[in-house]
Amino acid sequence: MNVLMAKGNKEDISVSPQTMQRSKKNWNKKAIDYAWGYFMIAPTIIGLLILNIWPLIQTMYLSLCKLSGFGSAKFIGFDNYIKMFHDKELLKTILNTVEYTILSVPIAVVLSLILAVLLNTNIKYKFIYRTLYFIPVVSTPAAIAMVWKWLMNYDYGLINYILSIFKIDGPNWISDPKFALFSLVIVGVWSCLGYNMVILLAGLQEIPKTFYEAAEIDGAKSINKFFLITIPMVSPTLFFVVITTLMSSLQIFDLIFMMIGNTNPALPNVQSLVFLFYRYSFFISNKGYGSAIAILLFMIIMIFTLIQLLFQKKWVHYE
Amino acid sequence: MKNSDISEKITIHTILIVGSFIMVLPFIWMFLTSIKSLAVSMQIPPVIFPKEIIWKNYVDVWNKLPFSQFYINTILLVLFRVLFAITLCSMAAYSFARIKFPGRDLIFMIVLIQLMIPSQLFIIPQYLIVVKLAWLNTIKALVLPGIVNAFGTFLLRQFFLSLPAELEEAGILDGCNRWQLYWKIMMPLAKSGLVALSIFTAIYAWKDLLWPLVVNMSIEKMPLSAGLANLQGQYTTNYPQLMAGSIFAITPMIILFFFFQKQFIQGIATTGSKN
Repeated sequence: MNVLMAKGNKEDISVSPQTMQRSKKNWNKKAIDYAWGYFMIAPTIIGLLILNIWPLIQTMYLSLCKLSGFGSAKFIGFDNYIKMFHDKELLKTILNTVEYTILSVPIAVVLSLILAVLLNTNIKYKFIYRTLYFIPVVSTPAAIAMVWKWLMNYDYGLINYILSIFKIDGPNWISDPKFALFSLVIVGVWSCLGYNMVILLAGLQEIPKTFYEAAEIDGAKSINKFFLITIPMVSPTLFFVVITTLMSSLQIFDLIFMMIGNTNPALPNVQSLVFLFYRYSFFISNKGYGSAIAILLFMIIMIFTLIQLLFQKKWVHYE
Repeated sequence: MKNSDISEKITIHTILIVGSFIMVLPFIWMFLTSIKSLAVSMQIPPVIFPKEIIWKNYVDVWNKLPFSQFYINTILLVLFRVLFAITLCSMAAYSFARIKFPGRDLIFMIVLIQLMIPSQLFIIPQYLIVVKLAWLNTIKALVLPGIVNAFGTFLLRQFFLSLPAELEEAGILDGCNRWQLYWKIMMPLAKSGLVALSIFTAIYAWKDLLWPLVVNMSIEKMPLSAGLANLQGQYTTNYPQLMAGSIFAITPMIILFFFFQKQFIQGIATTGSKN
């Protein structure tokens, strides 16, 4: 505006009404823009409010209630939570879930990183390997669980047969309480390797080649290059993989439901929080206690995530 | 090429081949078991290749359970979830990324909250909603929790944020309104993001087991995942039949994957890097 006026334009006199008009027009334009903004987020936000935010509040409330049958919720305060402390089955379930997570996350992350690094080298037929490793990711977990259950069958399973060739007496992978959790870890890791590998591979490919070339000139060995360049450079992606694997491990359900099942003697030693949540909420139909278990699960996930976020500063390098 | 290079490559290939074998073996065993008779499948030592190939297991399983219905239900579930994800997420994502309306960041918190909270916390109330609407045992019930997709909104928002502003400015000069900017200019540019989201949503819907188990007890309305669980519940020990059912359940997605490998791999890689 100042420029216009300083120029001593003929329109000088009419500047002020025009400006007003223009700002009104601008304001109108803004209002229309806002309206579009709200209109375009409306379906998603309304949906989230109805399907997620309201349910979240409801779950919190239900966890403080005793539910009998449909609808009739009786407020009982923190009784469900107090009950938890004396519920041996639940405490064992927490241990199972944590144990499964602590075993499977490091194995899954390390193996998928090794695979990704190997696939990031200059070798032929990479895409074939990549495809083969990825197949479990697109397969129905129910089918995966069944075939592994069959492979791990005590009497007729292929795995115990192969072990018997080496004169090893294979365990009862599925129903022996000592082995069942370990078997779940094997299948869980096997199922997620491809997914993690693909994400890590994408991260590895973003590392500039010049870094390695410079290191080679300095005479760095492969192992040094791996720890001094690869790991720090890929650490943000690695962190993402750690977090997602952690989350899905803490929420394990499908494999237990399909491989172990309700009648298995090993169930108390492997059942996870989500499995117990499912049983209480939809089998025993104690939705109040089920809700409390869900809240507990959320708190455990938060604790693990917070620990990761704290550790993150020590090893994750953002540019 | 140096000798050490060659030996290094042989080592890498050996490790990768052994790994591939472990990844593929369960699927091969699944197939080999599915073409055996029950008696042959339980022989010791195990018969690797049966002398007599039996396709009857497939017929039996198909007749025992409504597999054609499972396919239809699964396809509908995946299709609707993907459609909702593409339309609603992209709309919201565009708005969050490109329009500066008051309260935007605060409202975006709702999306972030959903992203951070495990889905089990929503299931009981969502189930109660389904009961109240009298939607139990319907396709609508299967689709319901996927109508809105916080992950998709987040992913596409990142995508729209990464596109240069100039393209949109050109559109504004041409007198496009917001809808046209979104639909005609931004959407075509976001194709790779939309493909990634579609694939991610499809795999997720395809594999989901807990929600279908909760809302659809009637076998006619189950998707493949829950139907297979049902099969196991009924015929616990007839592995040739269970394996034939599993082959039915995994084949469509694996075929799809073989055809669209590049999109699958890139899509999954994108979902990782955009976070």
